[in-house]
Amino acid sequence: MKLHYLPLAAALLATTTLGVNAETLRWARAGDSLTLDPHAQNEGPTSSLAHQIMEPLIMRDMTGAVVPALATDWGPSASDPNVWVFNLRKGVTFHDGATFDSEDVKFSLDRAMTPDSDYKELLASVVEVRAPSSHVIEIVTDGPNPTMANNLTNMFIMDKSWAEANNATKVQDYEGGENTFAATHANGTGPYVLSSREPDVKTVLTINKNYWGIDEFPMQVTEVIYTPIQNKATRVAALLSGEVDFIQDVPVQDLARVGDTDGLEVRTAPQNRVIFFGMNQGDADLKNDNVDGANPLADLRVRQAMSLAINRDAIKQVVMRGQSQPAGMISPPFVNGWNAEMDSSSMTDVGKAKSLMAEAGYGDGFSITLNCPNDRYINDEAICQASVGMLAQIGIKVNLDAKPKAQHFPLINTLETDFYMLGWGVPTYDSEYIFNFLVHSKGEKYGSWNGTRFGQADIDVKIEALASETDLPKRNAMINEIWQVVQDEQVYIPIHHQVLNWGMASNVKTIVAPDDAAKFKYFELN
Amino acid sequence: MNTTLLRRPFAPRLRAFWSSDLVWSFRHSPVALTSFIFVCLLTICAIFAPLIAPHDPFNPATLNLMNGFTPPGTPNAFTGESFVLGTDDQGRDLFSTILFGMRISLFVGFSAVMLGMVIGITAGLVAGYKGGWTETIIMRIADVQLTFPAILVAMLIFGIAKGFTPVEYRDQMAIWVLILAIGLSDWVQFARVVRGATLVEKNKEYVQAARLVGRSGLAIMVRHILPNVLSPVLVIATISLALAIIAEATLSFLGVGAPPTQPSLGTLIRIGQGFLFSGEWWILFFPACTLLALALSVNLLGDWLRDALNPRLR
Repeated sequence: MKLHYLPLAAALLATTTLGVNAETLRWARAGDSLTLDPHAQNEGPTSSLAHQIMEPLIMRDMTGAVVPALATDWGPSASDPNVWVFNLRKGVTFHDGATFDSEDVKFSLDRAMTPDSDYKELLASVVEVRAPSSHVIEIVTDGPNPTMANNLTNMFIMDKSWAEANNATKVQDYEGGENTFAATHANGTGPYVLSSREPDVKTVLTINKNYWGIDEFPMQVTEVIYTPIQNKATRVAALLSGEVDFIQDVPVQDLARVGDTDGLEVRTAPQNRVIFFGMNQGDADLKNDNVDGANPLADLRVRQAMSLAINRDAIKQVVMRGQSQPAGMISPPFVNGWNAEMDSSSMTDVGKAKSLMAEAGYGDGFSITLNCPNDRYINDEAICQASVGMLAQIGIKVNLDAKPKAQHFPLINTLETDFYMLGWGVPTYDSEYIFNFLVHSKGEKYGSWNGTRFGQADIDVKIEALASETDLPKRNAMINEIWQVVQDEQVYIPIHHQVLNWGMASNVKTIVAPDDAAKFKYFELN
Repeated sequence: MNTTLLRRPFAPRLRAFWSSDLVWSFRHSPVALTSFIFVCLLTICAIFAPLIAPHDPFNPATLNLMNGFTPPGTPNAFTGESFVLGTDDQGRDLFSTILFGMRISLFVGFSAVMLGMVIGITAGLVAGYKGGWTETIIMRIADVQLTFPAILVAMLIFGIAKGFTPVEYRDQMAIWVLILAIGLSDWVQFARVVRGATLVEKNKEYVQAARLVGRSGLAIMVRHILPNVLSPVLVIATISLALAIIAEATLSFLGVGAPPTQPSLGTLIRIGQGFLFSGEWWILFFPACTLLALALSVNLLGDWLRDALNPRLR
């Protein structure tokens, strides 16, 4: 070797030694995070990525238990039952070095309450956020709110000065197609720092050496490379060939193949998520159907007929290969207010469905467009396609329009779809969350994901009252009453509860989080 | 019987055709004969699909999801029904779906080539005959389009056309949009060949004579030049047909072609590709074989035609 090659060789040696210490986890799932703005889209994969970079005051760990994050302890104020007090963690810094204090929390919570925010429903009962000292936050609600703290587990905290410096104090208008600095950059307090991002292609995170919990959590993953792979076969092939270490959505048909492969494992758990169809039952006429001057979906009998036409067992057996639990209500079993009787109420009866259609005056059927995502839920497009066949049996001709979620979700938010698929996870584990987003009529503070145009003034009042009802049995009775209306009116057509299948290299050690949010600071590697 | 037929006035023409170079070469080329039989067989199957197919895969009301993933020739575990080539993920009988899918593939391929041919021949004739600025403009457009891969151009046209179609008509319009997209992406070849041949022909004496007699430019192009430039066009048309069938399959494979409720061969291959790892090979295998047989036999036929019509190879 000539002498002038020596520095090169030394450099090479240095990188190889570094490579031994750096534990990279290559992570793939069907879809990418929609935006990095922490308040713009309340969507699973979006908050899942955000959790690596940013932190809420309190969060759920991988088992689903509530644990402290940026707040060390919290509770209702002793003097005023309408106030929650949070003591903030000291000595925390943002990735750019700025100090974390109560001003940042106040700024972030105020930001999350603005009309463009997709988290405003969670803070609908909040009157004011106060910062009495540098590490204390007080949240004032309009009446005592016993479940307040649980609403904050995905409420990420931004740095006020960073947001001001980068013109990001306003929440990104995602549906309006706005792009902001905060949508493509992030400055959080979380365990990982965003080092590069190409939306829908690749996102690289590196460990935050100054993280407050670096000694408290395993933190064995030092680098995360996140690649969305929409195509199922390609995703599995990537895991089988060792190109990625962890995929969050093993296609149900490939569970056996992945499980039987040496060096790979599949871990399964029921997910806190329900899949369902929503129908526009409020408009006088529909845009996407062939009936002029009338809305067939406004007729309760048509909605009931559609639900009766769906064969949930067939979807479970064939499309999901047994990996789902047919649903009768749009609440996962984890949630307070879930009711076994309601959840098993779905039936399949094509004969009865046909007679209901005839009674409603649609004996000859009608045609309508079904909007469906193709990279969000397990076999979403296949479920929609199977439903096309089932609805055809009662004369409803369905045109299927399957799109990536980034184009699908805005159709629901902007009320451009009349018939759509949606899935709902419940991070608060309480029905109030479902009602606030999906049942309350759409308005300033509530109902942002209610694409059904359903809305009843007395139900709205009841939903709003849930936040400040401290008498638990009474509150549960109210929840049950609201559910009864949702069921009787067939506001939605529930399909099933998802089962999670995480596929990973055997050296990756983690439990499956019921909210499908992998938090890499808990991951162990060996 | 035969002899009486041949003694009739057209008999000499038929005999002349039978013993012509082209037919002689066809009769003596096993490849051409085999691929011709294949093309005929597949085309007949496609045309008469509604009569041959045991199920109607395009009518979602007749599908039973429980029949999904039935292996070929084995009864389904839930329903007990049996299917020759098995079923896909939605319980569609694969044999019927392939027949109907082939129909779409052939129809789209044939119509797209026709469209490309009409545009290409017109552009080529005009460019070659008129010359000057007209020629420069037409041929530069062709050159620019040729620098993009045909499939990209087709995807672009497909995307724009889809954007202009109202949502409720998209499924019905998808096939026509496909034809438009593929047709507009392959007119260039025709235009270039026809222009070249026209440049040669237009200086020949019969064209000069027609011009002296005072025939109009349009009449000269259509009545005099066109018949003399058609044989290379025929070769390109055959090869383009194979390419158009593959282009349609590619677009559908990428998910931008035929709607999922009316699968073409490409759509079926896309669906089947998701189940390769899990062992349901038949969903991909049979449509892929059909596509291969169709494209290969059309292509071989085109190859033979090119050689047969090329005087230098004789």
